[in-house]
Amino acid sequence: MAHSADERLARGFPPTRHSALAAIRGGSEEDRRRALDAVAKAYWRPVYGYLRLHWRKPHEEAAELAQEFFAHLLEKDLLSRFDPARARLRTFLRTCIDRLAAGEDRASRRLKRGGGAAAVPFDFEGARAEVEKAAGAAEAPDVLFEREWARGLFAAALERLRGRCAREGKSQHFALLEEHDLGAEAVPSYADLARRFGIAATDVTNRLAWARRRLREELLDLLRECTASESELREEARALLGLGEP
Amino acid sequence: MTRLDDATLVRLRDALREPDLSGTRYRLLGPVGSGGMGTVYAVEDTELGRRVGLKILDLEDAEAEARLRREATILARLEHPGIVPLHDVGRLIDGRAFYTMKLVQGERLDQYAGRQHPLPERLRVFLRIAEAVAFAHARGVLHRDLKPQNVMIGPFGEVLVLDWGLAKVLDEPRPGANGGAATRLRLPGDTGEGTVLGTPGFMAPEQQAGGSAGVDARADVFSLGALLQWLVGEGPPAALRAIARKAMEQLPGDRYPSVAAQAADVERFLDGAAVSAYPEGLLRRAARVAARHRVALGLVAAYLVGRGMILLFTGH
Repeated sequence: MAHSADERLARGFPPTRHSALAAIRGGSEEDRRRALDAVAKAYWRPVYGYLRLHWRKPHEEAAELAQEFFAHLLEKDLLSRFDPARARLRTFLRTCIDRLAAGEDRASRRLKRGGGAAAVPFDFEGARAEVEKAAGAAEAPDVLFEREWARGLFAAALERLRGRCAREGKSQHFALLEEHDLGAEAVPSYADLARRFGIAATDVTNRLAWARRRLREELLDLLRECTASESELREEARALLGLGEP
Repeated sequence: MTRLDDATLVRLRDALREPDLSGTRYRLLGPVGSGGMGTVYAVEDTELGRRVGLKILDLEDAEAEARLRREATILARLEHPGIVPLHDVGRLIDGRAFYTMKLVQGERLDQYAGRQHPLPERLRVFLRIAEAVAFAHARGVLHRDLKPQNVMIGPFGEVLVLDWGLAKVLDEPRPGANGGAATRLRLPGDTGEGTVLGTPGFMAPEQQAGGSAGVDARADVFSLGALLQWLVGEGPPAALRAIARKAMEQLPGDRYPSVAAQAADVERFLDGAAVSAYPEGLLRRAARVAARHRVALGLVAAYLVGRGMILLFTGH
């Protein structure tokens, strides 16, 4: 029998975190900073990747521009100008980056780097190898940005999950996920993993299912923070999970 | 920092799309198809040891869940060889709603029609589709999205009408009433009036106008007309063209009053009889009758020729 309808499961996406963007209009300084943090967490990698791959900026310059970009968002209060009824956040941000990268808004370049930026550590060096591996294919800017956006969100969700597993004493759950779903080479069988970890195959099944379930939750939570409505959240979730249009 | 190359990203996406079957009797076998809001997977029912189809929503979504459950409720009331039987409905531990059904194998009608099949065979397939739809109408259900992609031909020639996600439940006869009084049955997830649902090209004009309230069985008659036209391809006999044309009239009142009436005309065509949608002149009727009775006419002609020869050579 299937799992019964569990009251803990909300109808709709689990509303464990609220949209930071939804509160930004008319919000306090604190609201704006929180929104920027959420956006920066989700978007620093795609911003960096986009600057590298589309604008062909070298590593140092792309990293610097990406930092400036988030400072620019805060200083100019650009997020409060974002209208979800007119465009997706992704499209809005890409337009802002294009403007910045094209040098149309030179004033922003004079901002002191980091002066107003979000308190998010950007591991540009870590992202460098991935981006350089993806270089070479000629892609439309929106396709490229979407792929880097998905990569950034998955990476951020995995980091959250890693932290959660460590806190909850479930590091083995995460290790199984790493071995099975994140490994570079051939996917190991559950029996292989059971042998290697010294647990039963059913434990592998259950722990892997748990880790994937939580990863999905983290991913959707991250997405919720950067979307302004349920319908936008659904559309973005479809794009993120590689689902076609409904 | 977790490193994700393109291949790993694809693998992760695939893993997170898969249904989480923890705590259920099902074991995942693989995806079968997708469309609309959900994906169908082949799963093994480990308690009964059989393979079934599991349709699951792609995302946790209250509105989509209501529609999926509604579709399940509709399927549950339509027990017919031409309609996929429903087994189970519920929600998985990952929050997504699902239902299980018979695992449909075979090919979709658009794939089937891509190959050469004789016209009578295509028409018999059409009649199986019409039977299933007529049955649903008798149970107060309109399909509203009949198109080649929603019909499956099984390996033994069985024909199944799929995807009842846009179906509309009409007034349902009250049990015990002598066919007169009717009560309006509403199901959770009923689409609102004014919502445009369906597929252009196969959708009746009144459906395209978004008037759910004015849509009745004749909207499916229209779609079946479009399906017939599509199925028989270019250059069909005039009588068949007339059947499709009549089914696809702009005004519902000018169409066949029911799917049964439409199917009866197609059957008459298959039998070589006159069809109601195609008034014939004397010559056409003679040609059709001659074609229908060509064996008997051939025998009579042979007999007459024989008699004539005898008469010619013997003089009596």
